[in-house]
Amino acid sequence: MAVDVRLDELSAWFGNHQAFADITFTVPERHVTAIIGPSGCGKSTLLRCINRMHEVVPRARHGGSVYLGREEIYGAHVDPVSVRRRVGMVFQRPNPFPTMSIYDNVAAGIKLNGVRHRKGELDGLVESSLQSAGLWNEVRNRLKKAAGDLSGGQQQRLCIAGAIAVEPQVLLMDAPASALDPQSTLRIEDLMAELKQQYTIVIVTHNMQQAARVADWTAFMTVLEEGEPGRLVEFDRTETIFTNPGNERTQAYVTGRFG
Amino acid sequence: MSGVSGRRRVADRVASVWMLGSVLCALVPLAFILGYVAYKGAGLISWTFLSQSEPFSFTERGGGFWNGIKGTLKLITVATLVSAPVGILAAVYLSEYGRGRFATAVRFVTDVMTGVPSIFVGVFIYSLIVLETGHFSAWSGALALAVLMLPIVTRGAEEVLKLVPRELREASLALGVPHWRTVFRIVLPTAASGLVTALMLAVARAAGETAPLLFTSFGNRFVTGWTDFNQPDSALPLLIFRDARSAYSTAQERAWAGALVLIALVLVLTIAARFIATRRSVRTV
Repeated sequence: MAVDVRLDELSAWFGNHQAFADITFTVPERHVTAIIGPSGCGKSTLLRCINRMHEVVPRARHGGSVYLGREEIYGAHVDPVSVRRRVGMVFQRPNPFPTMSIYDNVAAGIKLNGVRHRKGELDGLVESSLQSAGLWNEVRNRLKKAAGDLSGGQQQRLCIAGAIAVEPQVLLMDAPASALDPQSTLRIEDLMAELKQQYTIVIVTHNMQQAARVADWTAFMTVLEEGEPGRLVEFDRTETIFTNPGNERTQAYVTGRFG
Repeated sequence: MSGVSGRRRVADRVASVWMLGSVLCALVPLAFILGYVAYKGAGLISWTFLSQSEPFSFTERGGGFWNGIKGTLKLITVATLVSAPVGILAAVYLSEYGRGRFATAVRFVTDVMTGVPSIFVGVFIYSLIVLETGHFSAWSGALALAVLMLPIVTRGAEEVLKLVPRELREASLALGVPHWRTVFRIVLPTAASGLVTALMLAVARAAGETAPLLFTSFGNRFVTGWTDFNQPDSALPLLIFRDARSAYSTAQERAWAGALVLIALVLVLTIAARFIATRRSVRTV
């Protein structure tokens, strides 16, 4: 069950340093939304606020609200652990558990959470997750091998399989292809197009062509003046952002004249 | 290489020689100690030495240190069973949860404890347990060793846990795995071999301690049972200490052989523990 994600006056700090300020927009369900902007504008931090991973960092805090559907994830009685089960995340650098097998990496979210399951059920789930991540055919004969032996692109798809195995409502991707070669990048992009049938996807990317290729909606963030927190400049359909942006800063950025 | 100037070549040479020299300076005393102990002690090592208790007189030949070997094994086993869980959990607290003043205080106290003279730990246990119970005992000795091991285990384990990459923790947390479960299922297994190394450093230190045992475990001419911790018990360092001071060459020879056995014991334990840990650290959930 995919849901939309609504950010309301969201801000985030590391100690006294404010990463971004007052960001409000709504990520539509079952679409790919890209967050673009120059380095240091707070886009990765913004992403980490959506599954409450931001608060894992010492001295990190936030202001404002994030709604998953109708539920405020920073509500007084909401457990961050339950938020993270509903909002999956794929990191910039592929981070499979190196000592676990391929199979166990996919099943990690279920096994580590101590969810009871029947053997056959788990097998089926691992297979379908790997299939959704486009990795099944490459690893079906070596599920018990260590995940560390896979290539970078395969590892990243393995991480995607692990993230969707817990059946989240939203999938966050923090520059998931930036550490990969062009061919693997293309595979991940194709994958996003398929996964958005089922999941709400938010992707951070440094690559504007990638945003233009995969995203239905695009948010452009930037730092207006040195030392200032990052701000949302424009949020619109990707087509509009790249062909007819409403703000001249957006125009300058997407045409490569700045950032 | 023609492109490299003469000065740089000379500097490179000097630095290389310097480093090699330093390595040798560090290795020579170590090799000398090991070699000398082996040379002096190997002659007496036999099945008799490893399986019999010492003779009733310093001047007598024969007999062995089995009472001390068994005592040392008993003492460090219990000391490890006490200090490992406490030390590792304290390290988990420091590396995973410890923030602010309390954690700083814990770290400071642990560092201070590392520097406390070991004889003082002996006196502490003596007044706390031996005086209260009215007799020397193996378990008071084991407890003294545990107190000595605790800060070494804690700080060593903390350093090892800090080496576990943040990405690994985040990968687990982002899957909706609670923090405590992440620690027990991901962080600790990943750090397993390093934790064992930290633990073995403490074991090696405890196995060689004499001072804290002088008035806790005290020493015992007789071999005690594996589970008997109420009697005074012997330990290799105690026997080495006593026999090395003896005026009789028969006793002195036994002290050399005992020293060799102690070194070998620590070496074997360390290698065995590393072997087990590295095999176990590559495993599935």
